[in-house]
Amino acid sequence: MSTELLIWLLPLPPLLAFFFVILFTNRSKALSHTLAVGAALLSWLGSMIVFIRAIQQPHFGEHPFEMSIPWFPTGETAFQIGILIDPLSAVTLFFVAWTVLMIFIYSVGYNNFGQPKGDHDLPGLPPHGATLTDEHGHSHKVPSIEPMYARFFAFIGLFAFGMYTLVISNNLLTLFVGWEIMGLCSYLLIGFWYAKPSARAAMIKAFITTRVGDVFMLIGIAYLYSQTGTLSYREIFYNEEVLHTLATTSSGLLGLSAAAMIGILLFIGTIGKSAQWPLHVWLPDAMEGPTPVSAMIHAAAMVSAGVYMVIRAYPLLSAGYEHGHLTQPMMLMAFIGAFTALFSATIAVAQNDIKRVLAYSTISQLGYMIAALGIGGFVAAAFHLITHAFFKALLFLGSGSVIHGMEHGVLHTGEHIDPQDMYNMGGLRKKMPVTFWTFLIGGLALSGFPLVTAGFWSKDEILADAWGHGHIAVFIVLALAALLTAFYTMRQITLTFLGKPRTEAAKHAQETKWTMTLPLVILAVFAVSAGWVGIPKEFPLIGGSIPNWFHDFVGGTLLEHPEAVTFSYIPLLTSLVVALGGLYLGWVVYRKVSAGAKDPLQAPLGSVYTLLKNKYYFDELYDKVFVQPAYWLSETFAYLFIDRKIIDGILHWVAYVSSIIGTFLRNYIDKPIINGSGDFVGEGTKRLGRGMRFIQSGKVQQYMIVALVSLAAFSVLFYYLLSTTP
Amino acid sequence: MSGLQIIFILVAALTLGAGLLAVTVRNLVHAALWLILALFGVAIFFVLLNAGFLAVAQVVVYIGAIAILMIFAIMLTQQVASYKGTQLNANWIWSAFIAVVVFAGLAWILSSWSGFSTLPPEMSARADPLRQLGSALVSPTAYVIPFEVASVLLLAALIGAIIIAWDRK
Amino acid sequence: MIPLSWYLVFSAALFAIGLFGVLARKNAVAILIGIELMLNSVNINLVAFWRYIAPDGISGQAFAVIVFAVAAAEVAVGLALIISIYRRRGTIAAEEIDMLKF
Repeated sequence: MSTELLIWLLPLPPLLAFFFVILFTNRSKALSHTLAVGAALLSWLGSMIVFIRAIQQPHFGEHPFEMSIPWFPTGETAFQIGILIDPLSAVTLFFVAWTVLMIFIYSVGYNNFGQPKGDHDLPGLPPHGATLTDEHGHSHKVPSIEPMYARFFAFIGLFAFGMYTLVISNNLLTLFVGWEIMGLCSYLLIGFWYAKPSARAAMIKAFITTRVGDVFMLIGIAYLYSQTGTLSYREIFYNEEVLHTLATTSSGLLGLSAAAMIGILLFIGTIGKSAQWPLHVWLPDAMEGPTPVSAMIHAAAMVSAGVYMVIRAYPLLSAGYEHGHLTQPMMLMAFIGAFTALFSATIAVAQNDIKRVLAYSTISQLGYMIAALGIGGFVAAAFHLITHAFFKALLFLGSGSVIHGMEHGVLHTGEHIDPQDMYNMGGLRKKMPVTFWTFLIGGLALSGFPLVTAGFWSKDEILADAWGHGHIAVFIVLALAALLTAFYTMRQITLTFLGKPRTEAAKHAQETKWTMTLPLVILAVFAVSAGWVGIPKEFPLIGGSIPNWFHDFVGGTLLEHPEAVTFSYIPLLTSLVVALGGLYLGWVVYRKVSAGAKDPLQAPLGSVYTLLKNKYYFDELYDKVFVQPAYWLSETFAYLFIDRKIIDGILHWVAYVSSIIGTFLRNYIDKPIINGSGDFVGEGTKRLGRGMRFIQSGKVQQYMIVALVSLAAFSVLFYYLLSTTP
Repeated sequence: MSGLQIIFILVAALTLGAGLLAVTVRNLVHAALWLILALFGVAIFFVLLNAGFLAVAQVVVYIGAIAILMIFAIMLTQQVASYKGTQLNANWIWSAFIAVVVFAGLAWILSSWSGFSTLPPEMSARADPLRQLGSALVSPTAYVIPFEVASVLLLAALIGAIIIAWDRK
Repeated sequence: MIPLSWYLVFSAALFAIGLFGVLARKNAVAILIGIELMLNSVNINLVAFWRYIAPDGISGQAFAVIVFAVAAAEVAVGLALIISIYRRRGTIAAEEIDMLKF
């Protein structure tokens, strides 16, 4: 099969699985998950074949796999859609295929396949457990299977379709289609347990917040199309002429060039999708969804798609970029990215819910990538995108495994505690060894543990870029964020796995099934090894022993291959210090937290801690600034004031005046004149109707004769009129 | 006048005559038979136009299937078909008038077009319309989607015809 | 050589004959016969334009093939409708099928 054809087919299996599960197999749980996982496996296989063929291709950046077909005609030309796998999308395809497959497999275990049906489980609520009675008459509670098992697999199938579509697309329009499909699936999956009010609120929040960004993005796409007449990546981003024209055309707004304007509009789409400040509020709430969903949508795929889009649009964002002089969109990105990275890292320090910590950490790491792109680190951003997808998916799945183990303990002991609160855990190291070791690897990769983990290499490259290009402020902010990252990661690991169990449930936690641990192990392998492909050449001791393949390969996506920054010891030492220092601090502070104790940081930090714990009151702020005013506007202002007072008042007045006029008119004009003529018209119509009734015979042929005769008569009339007027 | 032109005139006269009889004769079975002759004439035109495949398809699809289907329908509605009175309705004069107007109008519009009396360009010896047609119908850059839609349409028509004609008693 | 005009005039005539059949015949099957004649004249036009104007492309023939398929579908459904009406009302005269009036 030709590679291009194969690429066309990649998104198909998950879509078919979606339709089959929804339409035919939704009664059978085993069949449904077999279909979904099988589809993910097929797509994975295809992706790997494409990826291998891609890396074997010499000069792949100049000769990517591309094919397009005309979709719909637009005047003289036709709008082309098609597929494109260039170095950037090849590596994206690689991580998407792996993480999606792992998450599909993990979902089988996570949704308790093979467990009995719950005692009181209802669709729309998480499973509550089932009571089993063994032969000795002892009854005990065990986890029960998800009531809407098939539905879950259908939704994630559709989601995978959206993601694959986005990655293989060669133009912004089909990218946007995939983007929106994922937005829909995100909505459906966050609200998967729709009977929980919090899940419903979270799904709406996520949908509306991302929609804000999407509208701007769509405007950006439309603007780009109106300027260039195409949306194909290669024709815009790989075309010096087009980029130059866009960079020199003025948009007529704020003194921005067209390229800058489009870039900023597209970037706002990313702010929504990748949960950057100030549209970050939806992502932590999205943790209401099942954990595989959090891992897939909110770590590996959807939020990465936002970053992928801006990396893709980098040539446009940086059009007119000269060394040391950032373009406006790049400045905006550098600011928002760096700010978000630090800002959400501080919030993550004070969260107790194991998944929320990861959610804020995700926002922070995405900010890293945006900042890297903002300072011109194209390859570094792409590199961190990939390593992050692996280790963050690993961490999310690991946290799901922890929660599962805890739920098992909760069911066993019957305690009423929150299985997601890290202060209820502790000492899970011995109970859940596989989860512990893989989570540790993921955590170390996230904090950038030197040399062995992937996170170190990608983060180091971002810091090196910031230093090398002379953006000291960005460098300092990112270094601080890295310190905090290492700190909260170690806090999480220490609170969850180290020390002694703080509750009965934690004592009875149990390792999860192989369907959940196998993906953890595989992702852990990538969390370590994905970094080795991008070791800088001049790195001391080991640099150059493995070629910096990633830089050469992904750099080929751009017209001008970006140069690697010259090596410097300062960023390297900084990243060593912040990673190890943060880890050490986290361990020291949290190693002795006993049952029922408060957070050790609460006393020294005081009100700052409360501020962090409440996420800088952003939710409250948005509630006050956007939600409440909207209510107020519609209730008090629009309804009571405008509607009742002004409009109704005017109406009443109008009614009063018109009733006076009306009485007058009725007596002197209506009755004698209008009624008389009205009756005449009525009678006349009746008579005419009686006369014309024969025309409506119900006979089709007669109708057609009448139609054709009239058509002929009108044609003659028009011809006559046209030929007489000059 | 070349031989080709003579053939054309003969076949055209045959086809038009058969068509005219098909829409006027009283006996419906005869009308269907005249229709077959007219369709056959059209097939000959396809041959004259170097569209051999379409000529074969015309014979197989129209004469082999559609016309036979017509005859079946006539036989199934036998009571009506054996009606011996006139087969034209009261408006036939109007219909004839419209038919003449449409013909005159079409002929007049066409004759004012500059390419009206174009002569056929030479077909190059290497051209293979049949192969071209075959690959165009299954090529994603040409007509595969209309082709597939047509197949779905046929399926829908098949099922629809069965459902509609189903004798529920 | 035959000029294009001959084909066009011929197909216009066939079209007019078909139209006459559609408008003037009582029997619904006979109306279908008229429609078939009209479709055939269209096909002649398509193929003639292909041969005379654009012999390098294949659009004319491809369209004609699709017209074949549509005609087949139309006849199948049309005859099914006629038979169904015949069962219910005992007639297939177009004039007596005047339920549109209600």
